[in-house]
Amino acid sequence: MNPFSYLEALRLAAPETALAVAALAVLFADLGGMRGESLRHRAILGAGITAVGGAMALLWLGFAPGYGTIAEGVLVTSPLTQLVKAGLVLLTLLVAGLSLDPRFTGHVGEYFSLLLLGTIGMMVLVSTQDLLMLFLALELTSLPLYVLAGFNKRDRASAEAALKYFFFGSVAAAFLLFGFSLLYGVAGSTRLPVIAAAVALKPPDALTLVALVCVVMGFGFKVAAVPFHLWAPDAYEGAPTPAAAFIASGSKVASFAVFGIVLAQGLGPMAGGADWHGFTTGWLPLLAVVALASMLLGNLAAIAQRSVKRLLAYSAIAHAGYLLLGLMALATPANRPAALAAILYYAITYALSTVGAFGIVAVVERATGSDAADGFNGLARRSPALALCLMIFLLSLAGIPPLAGFLGKFYVFVAATRAGDGSLSLFWLVLVAIALSVVSLYYYLKLLKRAYVLPPDGAVPATRPDVMEFVVIGMTAAAVLGLGVFPRALLEPLALAIQQAGF
Amino acid sequence: MSVSSSPDAFPWLSVLIFSPLVAAGIMAFLRGERLQRAWALVATLVVALGSLPLYWRFDPTTAAFQFVEHASWIPALKVNYTLGLDGISLLLVLLTTMVMPLCVLASWRYIETRLREFLVCLLVMESAMVGVFCALDGILFFVFWEAMLIPMSLLIGVWGGPRRIYAALKFFIYTMSGSVLLLVALIALRLHVGSFHIPDMMARPGSGVFQCWVFLAFALSFAIKVPMFPFHTWLPAAHVEAPTAGSVLLASILLKMGTYGFLRFCLPITPYGTQVFMPYLLGLSVAAITYGGFAALAQNDLKKLVAYSSVAHMGFATLGIFVLNEAGIEGALLQMINHGVTTGALFIAVGIIYERLHTRELARVAGLGKHMPVFATFLGVFSLSSLAFPGTNSFIGEFLVLKSAFLYSPALALCLVPGVVLAAAYMLRMLQRVAYGGPANPHHAGVKDLGFRETMSLAPLLVFVFWIGLHPEPFLRVMHASVRHLLAQANGAAAHGVFVSP
Repeated sequence: MNPFSYLEALRLAAPETALAVAALAVLFADLGGMRGESLRHRAILGAGITAVGGAMALLWLGFAPGYGTIAEGVLVTSPLTQLVKAGLVLLTLLVAGLSLDPRFTGHVGEYFSLLLLGTIGMMVLVSTQDLLMLFLALELTSLPLYVLAGFNKRDRASAEAALKYFFFGSVAAAFLLFGFSLLYGVAGSTRLPVIAAAVALKPPDALTLVALVCVVMGFGFKVAAVPFHLWAPDAYEGAPTPAAAFIASGSKVASFAVFGIVLAQGLGPMAGGADWHGFTTGWLPLLAVVALASMLLGNLAAIAQRSVKRLLAYSAIAHAGYLLLGLMALATPANRPAALAAILYYAITYALSTVGAFGIVAVVERATGSDAADGFNGLARRSPALALCLMIFLLSLAGIPPLAGFLGKFYVFVAATRAGDGSLSLFWLVLVAIALSVVSLYYYLKLLKRAYVLPPDGAVPATRPDVMEFVVIGMTAAAVLGLGVFPRALLEPLALAIQQAGF
Repeated sequence: MSVSSSPDAFPWLSVLIFSPLVAAGIMAFLRGERLQRAWALVATLVVALGSLPLYWRFDPTTAAFQFVEHASWIPALKVNYTLGLDGISLLLVLLTTMVMPLCVLASWRYIETRLREFLVCLLVMESAMVGVFCALDGILFFVFWEAMLIPMSLLIGVWGGPRRIYAALKFFIYTMSGSVLLLVALIALRLHVGSFHIPDMMARPGSGVFQCWVFLAFALSFAIKVPMFPFHTWLPAAHVEAPTAGSVLLASILLKMGTYGFLRFCLPITPYGTQVFMPYLLGLSVAAITYGGFAALAQNDLKKLVAYSSVAHMGFATLGIFVLNEAGIEGALLQMINHGVTTGALFIAVGIIYERLHTRELARVAGLGKHMPVFATFLGVFSLSSLAFPGTNSFIGEFLVLKSAFLYSPALALCLVPGVVLAAAYMLRMLQRVAYGGPANPHHAGVKDLGFRETMSLAPLLVFVFWIGLHPEPFLRVMHASVRHLLAQANGAAAHGVFVSP
């Protein structure tokens, strides 16, 4: 083993370090100098420091996209991890931009530092090949998210959200850890490639299967897939809106990225099969069932929702189902680069639309006092630009061309049909997914109908985003449209990075 | 099939597709309703004039795609930006660009709220519709196809009648379920052919079973759009609730997308599937013609009447397509153009009535001809055209289709007779009531005849009614080569057994 080089570690973890420094700086600045200031000023300072930290991290990620690994895979960087990390930092910055009006808390410094700490967790999460580090990073991601969900101390719903999220999360984490420990027992190592080699040697036995189920449960919780989804609607609804946006966007991207890495690099040999009438043991049939349940329940339950945040939560569950379909395409080694590119493109564009949609919810919430769908009545007359952005986000989520959501779905479905060496083994699931996207259109359209067709309710005050919210919403809308029309802007760097990362 | 016959340096089609979009963007900055209306009219007129050179420059002697543009769009998925026209799509593009200024004219006074948004929707529609007819890449086609959905549902849902939301949602969900099948078929073809390039798909027909499935997916999706007989129920709802311009677009252009899809995808890409399912589609076409006729006869709402007559007329078009001979397809293509001209005009006429009387009830409209002689003349000509009176455009189209049906089987031609008679019955019933019928109706006192703007919105269509009716050659001329080639694709593959299952 090479001697551990702290300098090398610092070099690889420089972006994370920048964010950690920013997190501390926010705390010190806020607690030290801004006690007497107004919430607004404190939030501007907090977001400013977050932006500086994020910009430094982005600069580092952009200019030093080198390869590196320390301690045999505890921290691994490649162009791919750098790209995903850059996406995560960008999402955090967008969320920070939505947090400039923190009416939900007096603890502004803590809020921004938790945001940054969560981001660090996500960044480590996607750049490790070691189960132990992975688990630590997952906890580092989850704990700030639990706190952020309950950040509005004056609101019982927020407390409920945090508690539910925390209970489910800790049970899921326990299962995940249990699964990891069993995998360690099988392979004698916590490194993904060693585990892959170990499970490839023998047919799956009871031990590895239990480990597999536990791992799928743990990650299933993180990505909010049925039947591990129960926290999501309450957490989305109760959490302060920017925090919900963070839970729904960055955390999703990171979870899917790491889920994909674990499945492809650690458990690839025991994929099994999920053909129609031909299930064979492995993680494919597990994911098939979870994906199917998520798509069905998410899309159908979303129809009945009156709260827009809950609607977005159920739609997130449905989207988790589509993305799991993409993960299943990872089972065929030849198909992996395309599948991974599809997953990441989908997850990133989905996260962008979600951040934007939550931004609009935040604006409407401020004007009407709740996130009920009624509050969106006549939005097009109160604020045409906002309604246009809402249309872009929702139609992208529904998968209407030429928006990014369509290409994401399309790419994932194509990858899934190609899985299994051209045997069309997953085609049945793709058909279900396509049929259910039509269903999803119904509830997105219902909301759009409120915004565009119904007249506004009489007493609603003007709905105006503040400058930063407007910038964030406008930028994400432009990105969703732009990535839909010119998907090469993201697909080509992704494909290149995946190739360089050696998939 | 060769794609590039004469690579034109100037990107005619892209300019045509995107200039309405640019005009819509400029519209966002214009203040004042007069200015906005004028700008929409100018923009659509310029696009209409700009599309004329396509006809002069089109080479009718070849079946190859012309005005081809090609650029890589999403290399990772082998999706390209490929445009081109042949004899099948040329006239439909011209029809689209010609109808648009009339739509703007027809909504001059009709739209009272949110005019800017309305005109933006119209212009976006134009871009998408021209794009659908020009696209030579499956995904590009799909993108344009879907891009029409949103503005069209908004046209119905925001500016429509009392049950507009129901109609808009029904329209959206029907069409969307159809386009999902379209996407499935495109993905299946992509996996088989290896690209989304439509000419490539035509060049490599799959095995028999594969073709049948792909055909079914395509056919269902297009049948909803046409709409063919059991899938037509969204159409009357959408037509009745839509504003005049929406009805005109729906009837003149959107319904043609379905038949165009049959011609562009089903016949050449899945010839075997076409042969297998042809009898059923012929049966459905006959059902649509007869059913549409009877339903139209029973309507008291003018718009519903015209909507059901649309079902019948489009039945003639699908029938012509699926008898698979030259007269049939040319008749179908001409019938598509005719239906666009005539039914578009009838919807504009109904809109003119509605603007004056705020009703479309046949009983309350009766006798309007006394006060509006010029209008009655227009309505008379368009009604005669709709029932395929000799000398008008539809006569040529229906004659060709009937001839082709007779060539295919005299029994089939016999089945069409009730439809033809019914067309005369419902149209003359309407004309008789509106133009001559009823006692002097007190509501009609003070109703003015057509103004200059309204005359201008109907006159161009009148010219086409007689032009096509008396001298159809300029229109048929451009189709011959492409239709022959299409038939060779559709019959040749079947005759030579290319489709044999592996």
